[in-house]
Amino acid sequence: MSIRVRDDTQSANLSRRGFLRASVAAGGGLLIAFSLPSRLVDARETIEAESFSPDGFIRIDPYGRVTVIVPQVEMGQGTFTSCPMLIAEELEVALSEIQTEQAPPDGALYSNSLIGSQVTGGSTSIRAFYEPLRKAGATAREMLIAAAATTWSVEPSSCRAESGNVIHEPSGRKLGYGALAEKAAMVPVPEEVALKEPSAFKLIGTPAKRLDTPDKVNGKTIYGIDAKVPGMKIATLAICPVFGGKLKGVDASKALQIKNVLQVVQTADTVAVVATNMGAAKKGLAALEIEWDAGPNAKLTTSDIVADMAKASEADGVLVRHEGDVPKALEDASQTLEAIYEVPFLAHTTMEPLNCTVHVREEGCDIWVGTQVIGRAQAVAAELTGLPPEKVVVHNHMLGGGFGRRLEVDFIAKAVEIAKQVDGPVKLIWSREEDIQHDLYRPSFYDRLHAGLDSDGMPVAWSHRICGSSVIARWASPAFKDGYDFDTVDGALEMPYAIPNVRLQYVRHEPPGIPTGFWRSVGPSHNIFVVESFIDECAAAANKDPLEYRRALLAKAPRALAVLELAAEKAGWGEKLPERSGRGIAVQNVFASFMAQVAEVEVSKSGEANVKRVTCAVDCGVVINPNTIEAQVQSAIVYGLSAALFDEITLKDGRVEQSNFHDYRALHMNEMPSIDIHIVKSDEAPGGMGEPGTSALVPAVFNAVYAATGVRLRRPPLKADHLKV
Amino acid sequence: MGEAMTFKIKVNDVEHEVDVDSDIPLLWVLRDVLGMTGTKFGCGRALCGACTVHVNGMPMRSCVMPVGDLGESSVTTIEAIGDTPIGEELQKAWLDLEVVQCGYCQSGQIMSAAALLASTPEPTDHDIDTAMAGNICRCGTYVRIREAIKQVAQTSQGD
Ligand code: FES
Ligand code: FES
Repeated sequence: MSIRVRDDTQSANLSRRGFLRASVAAGGGLLIAFSLPSRLVDARETIEAESFSPDGFIRIDPYGRVTVIVPQVEMGQGTFTSCPMLIAEELEVALSEIQTEQAPPDGALYSNSLIGSQVTGGSTSIRAFYEPLRKAGATAREMLIAAAATTWSVEPSSCRAESGNVIHEPSGRKLGYGALAEKAAMVPVPEEVALKEPSAFKLIGTPAKRLDTPDKVNGKTIYGIDAKVPGMKIATLAICPVFGGKLKGVDASKALQIKNVLQVVQTADTVAVVATNMGAAKKGLAALEIEWDAGPNAKLTTSDIVADMAKASEADGVLVRHEGDVPKALEDASQTLEAIYEVPFLAHTTMEPLNCTVHVREEGCDIWVGTQVIGRAQAVAAELTGLPPEKVVVHNHMLGGGFGRRLEVDFIAKAVEIAKQVDGPVKLIWSREEDIQHDLYRPSFYDRLHAGLDSDGMPVAWSHRICGSSVIARWASPAFKDGYDFDTVDGALEMPYAIPNVRLQYVRHEPPGIPTGFWRSVGPSHNIFVVESFIDECAAAANKDPLEYRRALLAKAPRALAVLELAAEKAGWGEKLPERSGRGIAVQNVFASFMAQVAEVEVSKSGEANVKRVTCAVDCGVVINPNTIEAQVQSAIVYGLSAALFDEITLKDGRVEQSNFHDYRALHMNEMPSIDIHIVKSDEAPGGMGEPGTSALVPAVFNAVYAATGVRLRRPPLKADHLKV
Repeated sequence: MGEAMTFKIKVNDVEHEVDVDSDIPLLWVLRDVLGMTGTKFGCGRALCGACTVHVNGMPMRSCVMPVGDLGESSVTTIEAIGDTPIGEELQKAWLDLEVVQCGYCQSGQIMSAAALLASTPEPTDHDIDTAMAGNICRCGTYVRIREAIKQVAQTSQGD
């Protein structure tokens, strides 16, 4: 999860800067290298030049085995299946015949073509790779056909590829890819290859089986936390509980007496206990007597931060969009509405707690980790060790969840700093408490909304002032331009609704003492909540049905309208519900996918909200793997439900108050609503699917709570106190 | 304070001698001493279920189970659950229904589900909720976990 790529980068010049080369693979066979969407960079001119230029390979060995080296990391979203599907479709091989490998940041085989870092995030994998990967597959296919045609001295056009073979139709001759691979490597790379029409797809659009899962049901998959290196020690840490504070001193004498504790290591703001096992390391950590210098944020509380933001939000911000004349339209309106919306800080709590194994030696450094940003991992280790980047080897692993947390390298830096003081390799594992208390949090926001309605109750003026942190300004600073960045306003900037006078402003306000980061559904996680709640308020003020109201504003947005109507129909919109039950709806166009959700919520007299059912309609363009789409939407809805119902990170005395799953909740199975997902058939370019479900869920639930109780809540999570009767 | 001595523990029918304090949780003995990393760490406080193993057939959170309390008990982990008919069917159902996303919680989910089906071969939705509520999945695979458990319950019924 991370920054999004704007829709306008979708279609144009997809392979403008892409190129393909072929060579003989080590050990024989065909090797196709393709450079991938650097276009995403220059289209936006914003993200650091290295960010979106990962490379990949197809390797066909003399036995006909096809290996796809996947440039994106697998963190549960299915990219290890969907990327190979794109290649398999054009290459004419069965998905089951394909093996996958994770592209490393270096290594002899890739050293020429893999330059810079690779990022997996922002629901970009399929959007970025849809055409380049198909093109790579088609190119390999054409070269294999050419090799066969030469072998038989026939016209390539009389041959076709099927199931890993080239067949010469007239004579019925047949050669396997393995036999052709080496010869194919000598064939000049065709300039242009024809891609299949979507109607001819055999694999894309079918519910293909995931390729990475068999070892995930028997405990064999190795995540970063499972890395095993000979001679490895295990460490755990305590970081100064106040952000910006320092380690003052530590008495390690008791800890060092504990069996299997080996060493206590200090850095500026951290102390770590190194042992032979995590149990001993934790026991050692508990036995330390640590003195912290809490520093300048020692007294910070969340309410201070909110009060500061509230104040900052009073002044005009940078004008991101202004159409028509909002002040005048507000003045002329029959009715005006004002509201303040807030969202809290949120932690990621990936299921696999943060961890990183590092071996620092004089001549080099090895890192075993699960990261969304392999190149950044390498760079930060190089910087901290003083080694040239090529001496830092990153062994990337499966990720036990990303959600944006593993776009950061803070935990890799910490592990390197500690490993520098340890003889031999050391695995640093964070406790869940440290993982929650030293996250980079989804920013808190404080937004001011102002709408004017005409005599029919329809909106004629819409003013939205966003106030809060810009993650991009830190993470990809060149993308923060003209006082804002596209992520922080994403979802508010291109509302699908036709409103004649619209103004969007952004006031940047960085909270002290709490770092911010990308969180699943990123900018829209905040903006869709605000926009879809406030439009619901407008409908209520106009005394109109929220569905009808939205429908009237979407006449010029057919894809948004279609998902809205489909979700409403499947949810039984308008059918009677019991007392204190209600349906809420939300619609959005983010990550180049259109989605609507209807939530059905029942609120008890004591104010507990029970989300009973969620109906979702999605148009994400061409569907690669419907199985994965359904899974991603379910996943995103569950992630959103935890945020809507339970979660916020708060500070007291500069310290995060939450510590583990008892006070930073994740939805449990017994709290699950039923979820229905309806996919709209579409030939449009594929949109992102990892994130949208989260941003649409929260306002759908809050709108349902309003429908059930008449209480309009403007800040997640839901609190029973506000809803009891 | 745990008392220092070596322990004999039986994991997946194999006896091991481990040299750790008696209060070290079984989780870390499995992972760091025996190198069996299929059992996962998620919270360390019996709040997430990622570390679930069977001790004499009962589902237990290994992160809070002191190794010294095991005695003669027999421990089964995800690495061996596929050797039991229920475990094997569950793994198959998990793949048939594409339950897995990142997969990190799934060792614990399968161990909890296996214990449920061993004691309650035909679980109701309520039984499933009760047995599985302690297993968090941050990827939100609950819908399919429930379906997979039901699929196994139904097929074994027909046996
Ligand atoms: S790690 Fe044992 S229950 Fe979470
Ligand atoms: S599959 Fe990722 S936490 Fe469950």
